[in-house]
Amino acid sequence: MFKLISQRVALGLLTLLLASALIFLGVEALPGDLASKLLANNATPENLAALRLELGLDRPMLVRYWEWLSHMLQGDFGASLSNKRAIIGDLGPRALNTFFLAGYAAVIAVPLAVALGIIAAIRQGGIFDRLVNVVTLFSISVPEFFIGYVLVMLLAVKIRLFPVLSNVTPDTDFMQRLYLTFLPMATMVMVVVAHMMRMTRASVLAVMASPYIEMAILKGLPKWRIVVQHALPNALAPILNVVALNLAYLIVGVVVVEVVFVYPGMGQWIVDSVSKKDLPVVQACGMIFAAVFITLNILADVLAIISNPRLRHPR
Amino acid sequence: MNDNRPKQTDRQVLRVDNLRIEVKTDAGPGPVLVDDVSFTLCKGEVLGLIGESGAGKSTIGLASMVYTRSGCYITGGKIVFLDNDLRELNSDQRRNTRGVKIAYIAQSAAASFNPALTIYEQVCEVAVRHGLMNFADAKREAIKLFRELELPNPDTFGDRYPHQVSGGQLQRAMAAMAMVAKPDLLIFDEPTTALDVTTQVEVLASFRKLIREHGTAALYITHDLAVVAQIADRIMVLRHGKMVELGDATQILQHPTQEYTQKLVAERVAASTHEFVESDESGEALLKIDRVSASYRTLVKVINGVTLDIRRGDTVAVVGESGSGKSTLARILVGLLPREEGDIRFAGESLPPRLKDRSKDQLRRIQMIYQMPDVALNPQQTLLEIIGRPVSFYFNKSGDQVRQRVTELLRQIDLPESFITRRPGELSGGQKQRVSIARALAAEPELIICDEVTSALDPLVAEEILRLLKRLQDELGVAYMFITHDLGTVKRIANKVAVMLKGQLVAFGPTPKVFAPPFHPYTELLLSSVPEMRADWLDEVLAKRRQLV
Repeated sequence: MFKLISQRVALGLLTLLLASALIFLGVEALPGDLASKLLANNATPENLAALRLELGLDRPMLVRYWEWLSHMLQGDFGASLSNKRAIIGDLGPRALNTFFLAGYAAVIAVPLAVALGIIAAIRQGGIFDRLVNVVTLFSISVPEFFIGYVLVMLLAVKIRLFPVLSNVTPDTDFMQRLYLTFLPMATMVMVVVAHMMRMTRASVLAVMASPYIEMAILKGLPKWRIVVQHALPNALAPILNVVALNLAYLIVGVVVVEVVFVYPGMGQWIVDSVSKKDLPVVQACGMIFAAVFITLNILADVLAIISNPRLRHPR
Repeated sequence: MNDNRPKQTDRQVLRVDNLRIEVKTDAGPGPVLVDDVSFTLCKGEVLGLIGESGAGKSTIGLASMVYTRSGCYITGGKIVFLDNDLRELNSDQRRNTRGVKIAYIAQSAAASFNPALTIYEQVCEVAVRHGLMNFADAKREAIKLFRELELPNPDTFGDRYPHQVSGGQLQRAMAAMAMVAKPDLLIFDEPTTALDVTTQVEVLASFRKLIREHGTAALYITHDLAVVAQIADRIMVLRHGKMVELGDATQILQHPTQEYTQKLVAERVAASTHEFVESDESGEALLKIDRVSASYRTLVKVINGVTLDIRRGDTVAVVGESGSGKSTLARILVGLLPREEGDIRFAGESLPPRLKDRSKDQLRRIQMIYQMPDVALNPQQTLLEIIGRPVSFYFNKSGDQVRQRVTELLRQIDLPESFITRRPGELSGGQKQRVSIARALAAEPELIICDEVTSALDPLVAEEILRLLKRLQDELGVAYMFITHDLGTVKRIANKVAVMLKGQLVAFGPTPKVFAPPFHPYTELLLSSVPEMRADWLDEVLAKRRQLV
């Protein structure tokens, strides 16, 4: 089992390395280099050449990639083009905001989704099951910005329960934060719950067809115990995977939601930076997103391996 | 005891009256699975339910617990357990009968134990969840049962997970799981069918001891007459959901009155008393396996130094328990698993170890037929496509020629020409296996490897398939390598036999020689483990083994 887990971790690191190369190459492939963007209208050939020399852009790509990567490993993401400040200084609070929102949504969405999925599986074909299926199908099909605006219209404009904008500052206290970010959280919960709930239901039902479930029925166990104790542990691996995918989505996919609610997180920042052509920031955010995505997926793989009794207790 | 009541009803545990079970689909009523079946079962009595697949045995067994599989419904009759009609109970009352008063022992313990829970958790569950005992008491009871069932290390056996113990042990653990709440009735549903013969003897003996010592009534479902002879007091023969015959075990097995039962019994007797096939040494050498070894990625050899040869027209049976390397040997022959040592010569030339290094002609000359035609035949293809594929692949025939050849092959395997447009789903199990045979024949091979080709079939159908294979051999002169765990089949069809144990060949030679003294000890163990229809067979075997120990 240790071998399997270390394999996964090694594969994850390799994936992260590939992702960094892709991000680097993607920015390289854009027309015009850093120097021409910095100088913008002052870009005389002499100025350009001088700045390139200063920035080291004349050196081979591989050398620059290595420099970028090794600096990043030491926590140095370079400087922003727009305000010339070190990226790491702005990244910290914004990443925290994003993680806070994602965590807030996850704490509500994951238990809710798993519980709904289990209840739907127990009442397979019943009214509850059908209702939940229709509602979740709807929330999957509708884009998140639309859900966001509908929630704003209903809960912030019609009934003035929550603020339209989620303006948080580093001094906002915890309870206030929970209140201010309620609507973006609710939007994200609606987007991810559907996916996780359907997967939970489907994998529990798949296990329910096994002979050991028939055996549990013939032992006279109540339905909920059969589902929770006999089916769920064997359905965990696919559920863990879809949960990890959705947690990753909560962090990486928040871009649009953060913009809708003008929430000062990484998503909003990356959108800003793209429009300002602030490439170092885009690269830094891209790397953080990639790292989060890969880490969560490895975590799911590792948990799935641990949840398999054959691997946990070898013969 | 209340003497005012008639003794018969006093001891009665289960009475089933005119039971009817039907399939109902969205499209309307489906086939009737059980039709007008009645029987009674008294305390301490074992009733054997005998029949081929589709006879409704398991459906009746499950119905005794008022449980039906998805899509099936009990539409008529009474199921009276002790004094209550189970059909009139509400779902909570039914739940409190299941596991507590009536317990079920399934065919495959490996599938019926939850892989995520320990054996204790599952064995004790019934008693604990129904509030009969606390976990500590249930555990003590479980350990007592493990000891009665002669499981190794009974005190710690339950701490293990199902995958950590052997199939035979798990099957006995399932009996412990059924007995822990001290039920009045046990339903055994083919509980030894998935086991090796040598293991079957021990498990069967444990079950019988358990039933006798606890005085529990039992329904014993099986397709094997010899197994039921060891354990049942009375036998009910079923066919297509209807009762054929119900009577005393000795009467059914020795003097069956119904024609169908007579046929079943005659088939079983023929299987055990069949004369050996005479060994013919005249054929020229076809296949020579010379000190072949192989392993699956690990250092442990799954096949270790096996040497045997097959002549043209030979039928060489390869026998042994599961895990002995029988199927692996076949995989090495066809090149699916490359051999690591030794040589395989076919008609004089050495075959490359790997499948992909072999020429088309080398591939053509060795064909394979599998145990499960359902898995081996593509359900989306018609018989023309299935059987025609090797014809066009190996012989580059045109469409018309392929069709002509497929028609000819269908005739050879006794299927009507009109089947050419059918798909596997429209055929019975036996017909599907015939199609597998035709597909192998289409390549015009010199050797056909038959991997347990009759073990998924009912005895009467299996018998027909064996006869077909024999006839094809007489007509075409093809050699068979016949992998099987059924020694009855071996006697009937094979002129040579190879006995395998843990990847090694322990005996090889003409069948009459290998199966006659002086035996290799393992051959003797195998032979003595094959159940016979005499009711005292199990006692004899057990007595003999005790002497040896």
